[in-house]
Amino acid sequence: MTIELRSLTKRFGDLTAVDAIDLTVGEGEVLCLLGPSGCGKTTTLRMVAGLEMASAGDVRIAGRHVNELGPRDRNVAMSFQFYALYPSLTVAENLAFPLYADRLAKSEIDAKVRNIARTLKLESLMDRTPGQLAEGEKQRVAVGRSIIRDPTCFLFDEPLSRLDVQLREEMRGEIKVVLQDLSRPTVIVTHDQLEALTMADRIAVMRLGRIEQVDTPHNVFQKPANLFVAGFIGTPQMNLLPATFAGVRADNRCEFAVDGGRRMVIEVDEKVTSLAEGSKVTLGIRPRNILLSSEPADDAISAVIDMIEPLGAETLAYLKDADLELRLVTDWKTPLAEGDVVHARFAAGATHVFTADEQAMRST
Amino acid sequence: MARRNREIGKAGWGYTALTGIVGLVYFFPVLWIILTAFKTRTDALAVPPKFIFTPTFDNFISVFYRASITTGSDQATNMGLYFFNSIFIAGTAVILALIVGTLAAYAFSRYPLRGNDTYLFIILTTRMMPPIVVIIPIFLMFRLSGLSGTYWGIILLYTAFNIPFSVWLVKSFFDELNPEIEDAARMDGATERRVFFGMCIPQILAGLAATFVFGLILTWNEFLFALLLTGVETRTVPVAMARTLGGEVGVDYGLLAAIVTLFLIPIFFVTFLLQNQLLRGVTFGTVKK
Repeated sequence: MTIELRSLTKRFGDLTAVDAIDLTVGEGEVLCLLGPSGCGKTTTLRMVAGLEMASAGDVRIAGRHVNELGPRDRNVAMSFQFYALYPSLTVAENLAFPLYADRLAKSEIDAKVRNIARTLKLESLMDRTPGQLAEGEKQRVAVGRSIIRDPTCFLFDEPLSRLDVQLREEMRGEIKVVLQDLSRPTVIVTHDQLEALTMADRIAVMRLGRIEQVDTPHNVFQKPANLFVAGFIGTPQMNLLPATFAGVRADNRCEFAVDGGRRMVIEVDEKVTSLAEGSKVTLGIRPRNILLSSEPADDAISAVIDMIEPLGAETLAYLKDADLELRLVTDWKTPLAEGDVVHARFAAGATHVFTADEQAMRST
Repeated sequence: MARRNREIGKAGWGYTALTGIVGLVYFFPVLWIILTAFKTRTDALAVPPKFIFTPTFDNFISVFYRASITTGSDQATNMGLYFFNSIFIAGTAVILALIVGTLAAYAFSRYPLRGNDTYLFIILTTRMMPPIVVIIPIFLMFRLSGLSGTYWGIILLYTAFNIPFSVWLVKSFFDELNPEIEDAARMDGATERRVFFGMCIPQILAGLAATFVFGLILTWNEFLFALLLTGVETRTVPVAMARTLGGEVGVDYGLLAAIVTLFLIPIFFVTFLLQNQLLRGVTFGTVKK
């Protein structure tokens, strides 16, 4: 069982919310649609659910073309951002609701409801109404209601956005376990990259109705395909420095003239060596890949610390002068003070190079 | 934090007394009418006004049974019928308007048209002019179509009068609902009918109750159209009340007050019955979420 999207498009009047996207969610795979608000991720999810009609393209669920089918005929389960529990029904009735449409016998419905309640530890709450539940309990009821019908695939819209940090971690684990047991294609929409990185088998990063990159969480983080993905994934955000390629050195390291006047020689992907001298590029380096050195070096930037934010185990420092801004993260033990001049070395091989059309230069 | 002060009786005697005085000022006309209903004709007209008097039920008896002007002997009045008319006409019209208004409001809220707001505005414009402006054309239309003096004529008119108000109010209740719940029900295999009746309506019952009461109060007290468009058999209480004025004996204030007192009872009763719903209905959305 899979979900396949083929040049799926949604237009609202003149606005193209989803622009010809292709995507396949494999057997038992959890795919996260990740992107800033308004990127079309929820619209995509709603088209899979059948709550929005596609303007063009194809939705195939388990090999079946379902564009013309309504949500009830697609056998898809969806869990909503605000849980969407039925306020006038009790927990037990909420759980049983999807089964009514299947015209099952009362005893069969009761058995299934009891079963789900046991799995999700809801037994003591069966007679309450949603208004009497805590946030985490609501989420569990919502999950229970979506899995009770044994649907072909699962859709989650921002499943954890309403929970506080502690509960979020807990529910993330619970949902992950439930999804692994079910082994059905699952699409999760989120704007929270941590949620995506922890729960997904693969992440599809979206922007303005298009998919920018689809890959494993590891690769999306380590090998961003373009400038947008590089800037969007990772906190603190990746440092992006506009620069000009200034040739290859004898030791195969590349020289760059960073906008503002500084020059750097750094080890980068060997594909970068094929660039023409004078090409405009953007250098990307994650704050955690910047090392502090005691001496100035040709692969380091020397600058003054403008501000320090302790993050607990680590310290986030902002280097700032007229020409550039740089964020770096060090171990909390490193003694740093605002006003210090430091030498920030770019770790070998950790610098990403993006061409003028925002694509990453990478050999693999 | 301020929770403690919100408990009943915690505001202190001073404020409670002040509120009582202000309340009395507002309630006084109603109280005076009720008192007058129990007075004899002399007590009712006494100067200075009497607060202490021997109550009598004569006025209430003569509402239904009093001396006829033509024969001089006591006979039954039609007041019972007029009370039935008022309840039947106002109740039916407001319920019809609520049904039509709710369906329209759902459509306006969930399936907006191009220029949705314009349509909503146009609906409201029918209530922007004083009703008396259209009374002559409506009177002529009713005469021509034979609706004049019939139950359905006045019911349809009141229904039409109440629909704009119902649409606007109920639409605001639908707008407050979380549409995810409807989507969830659709995903779970509910038909559109079930989404509407099973999911949306139960959530706005308080609002519907509030809309019903407001509409009922407006319709219950309507006089102008009732005067012109009802006949002997379909006359409502406000019209019948007006007809007791004048005549060779002057205004019988005791009788009038007795009719008014009886006329207040049904609306008091409905409001009392729905008061919890009413409070939730008028504050819908402001305290939710």
